[in-house]
Amino acid sequence: MENTDLIILWGSNAREAHPVMFHHMMKAVRRRGAKLVVVDPRRISGVEFASMYLPVQVGGDVALANAVACAILEEGLEDREFIERATEGFAAYREVAFAYRPEDVERETGVDAASVRRLARLYATADRAIICWTLGITEHHNAVQNVHALINLALLTGKVGRYGSGLAPLRGQNNVQGGGDMGALPNRLPGFQDLTDPAARQRCADVWGAPVPAKVGKHQTAMFEAMAEGEIKALYVIGENPVQSEANLHHVRPLFEGLEFLVVQDIFLTATGEMADVVLPASASFAEAEGTVTNSERRVQRLRPALKPPGEARDDLWIVEELAIRLGVPGWAHRSAEETWDELRRVSPIHAGMSYARLEALGGIQWPCPSEDHPGSPFLHGRLWEDPVGGRRAPFVAARHEPPAEQPDAEYPYMLTTGRRLADYNTGVQSRHYAAPRGHHEVLEMCEEDMARLGFASGDLSRVVSRRGAVEVRVEASRKMRPGLVFMSLNHPDEVATNLLTLDATDPVAGTAEFKATAVRVERVAARAEAERPTEEASGKHA
Amino acid sequence: MQDTFAILIDGKEAAAHAGETILDALRRAQVDTPTLCTHEHLTPAKACRACVVELKGSRALVASCERKVEPGMELRTDSRRVLEARRGVFELLLSQNDVSAAPALVLQAERAGADRERYRGQRYDRGLHDDNELYVRDYDKCILCYRCVEACGPDVQNTFALTVAGRGFSAGIAAGYGESLPDSACVFCGNCVAVCPTGALMDKREHTLRAEGRWDESRYDVVQTTCSYCGVGCQLELHVDRRSNQIVKVTSPGDHSITQGFLCVKGRYGYSFVEA
Repeated sequence: MENTDLIILWGSNAREAHPVMFHHMMKAVRRRGAKLVVVDPRRISGVEFASMYLPVQVGGDVALANAVACAILEEGLEDREFIERATEGFAAYREVAFAYRPEDVERETGVDAASVRRLARLYATADRAIICWTLGITEHHNAVQNVHALINLALLTGKVGRYGSGLAPLRGQNNVQGGGDMGALPNRLPGFQDLTDPAARQRCADVWGAPVPAKVGKHQTAMFEAMAEGEIKALYVIGENPVQSEANLHHVRPLFEGLEFLVVQDIFLTATGEMADVVLPASASFAEAEGTVTNSERRVQRLRPALKPPGEARDDLWIVEELAIRLGVPGWAHRSAEETWDELRRVSPIHAGMSYARLEALGGIQWPCPSEDHPGSPFLHGRLWEDPVGGRRAPFVAARHEPPAEQPDAEYPYMLTTGRRLADYNTGVQSRHYAAPRGHHEVLEMCEEDMARLGFASGDLSRVVSRRGAVEVRVEASRKMRPGLVFMSLNHPDEVATNLLTLDATDPVAGTAEFKATAVRVERVAARAEAERPTEEASGKHA
Repeated sequence: MQDTFAILIDGKEAAAHAGETILDALRRAQVDTPTLCTHEHLTPAKACRACVVELKGSRALVASCERKVEPGMELRTDSRRVLEARRGVFELLLSQNDVSAAPALVLQAERAGADRERYRGQRYDRGLHDDNELYVRDYDKCILCYRCVEACGPDVQNTFALTVAGRGFSAGIAAGYGESLPDSACVFCGNCVAVCPTGALMDKREHTLRAEGRWDESRYDVVQTTCSYCGVGCQLELHVDRRSNQIVKVTSPGDHSITQGFLCVKGRYGYSFVEA
């Protein structure tokens, strides 16, 4: 990140959501003179360091990316040599891109054509460039198409597979990458191996001493559908709080109520845990357990226990093993985290070279790391620069603009978009406990023009209503907002359950819900003075 | 290939690499040099003057933390002029500052032969700024090294909540226009606390334990782990009291490529859920 010439933050509020990553971005800006571009519906605080800010419409990302591609192609700035050698599907993509002339799609993108063309030139002519994205790209009903639209830009200009150039989805949780890498995906085995590949299944079966079913499982959205249909009757939830974190909670809660058996394993009695038949208290992995996590840059790093866990809380690994032992599964016993990791290294070729000793000595290792003499891989897809290209060519997958499933209308005239704030995190299970100096509270961020139109002053209480639910929340003036756009986080569900509003339109491939686009109306409930917060809690001093 | 050339340090030939500072060369040659404001990940503020050396051909003493080496430089670190200048720096600091939480500074002052009693003048009496539950500011301990300003500003955090206000004896670090931290632009990352060399900026928990006489580093283990929040993967050093099974402080290793010692508010202070 520090050795690039252009960083495009596309749907990523890194300064608040990934603050230490933003340190590295700013080093590129200050020490190397790299340019920063922000593409976001909100005028997020990172904009103050940006050369360009493109106020994309919520859900206008594919149209904007295609318009950038169109501008690149019209000016002949694409990397022809790279496209011909290393990619496929260019002709079809080109045809689609030409349907998105920047001047013709300003309504869809929300961005003036001149800015689109400027970004196109900046990106295509940069020696090295990185596109970073976060949930602004993936929390949409067409998440996968959004990602393809960005990948296409990198392929078009050869901005992938080189040091300082690439595509960087910034992971929101400390082990969301590692969870997928370990096979916690419906169609993958550990090491991101394809479940439908017989050789990969055999490799696992040989080590595990049991056959591996070839049947692809269900992602979470499909599991919810199966719960609705009565196909799934029992659920084992580990370290998730879905009855607060999922979209359209009025729909989600009955699904959990309808289960015959619910097990929840977590460090606290969460709202989901309160519904459970069995609660398994877990230790807090970062401070009370041994293990590893994998960060955004595919770097596997150690977790080490520093504290004794409270009461009956046990390590997640111990709980899962104990469950298997009590279920009478042959061959299971309690093992150390390192022994378990060493088993993973035998089934996952990309982790094979990562012994605990090496993870310790090298300060973490980035996969793939196939052998103990391999240093790890700081970037991927370098093979695309081999001549002839090593392995399969990288495919363009043309994406087409699809607006969010809900658009503002006369009844619900505002677009609500959601996200995380710096001091807080997800449903607040971890973050609400520390004494944040400005407290842990939810507000509805709105621009001053809209506030004036609706007669609001900062601190007034509003009722935000969507087609699925309503919540009461204080209004706060925000310069990040523009007319018609409002923002809330999901961080304080006990105070304001934002996800009562959100829509569970989901991506057909990834199953991600469209948390970023909900049509709402905002009603006045009370002025600030009439509805002062009842307790001293407002100062956050005694969290 | 690194461009290496010879310089003279106290009459002895030593190797220097183009682009490095005199201080880098002195440290490689194992010449003991006191420093206060310089920090491996921050732009030198050249504020403290503790690291000065004599450079042949230069009228004034030069700050070794900032001046780059040049071929054929002749340096003296042991001349009377250098030793007196350094001693003076420490004697002036000792005359005005509370150094009770700065053992490294005291040690360096002793090595420089500083006399605590040489100057008797006004001492800082600025009071404790205790306006939030995460960290406190005790500017009686501040030596105006500027590290916190650099870390809050362009070197790391780019928040620009801290600045230097006032002149002369009244000069001090201020948040914005002197408001409380919660009213300032501060985001409570604590990166200023991490780089403060004198304890002027201190985590509230450490400050409280010290005030109650309960801060006892002999009881603390330091365990390195990975932060539990976002996907950046910052390395945390959990300072844990073995007896009470409690985290007393969180820092980050300065030599890790992800953090270089710097964290965000949740990484540094958001751990109390393990105590709930």
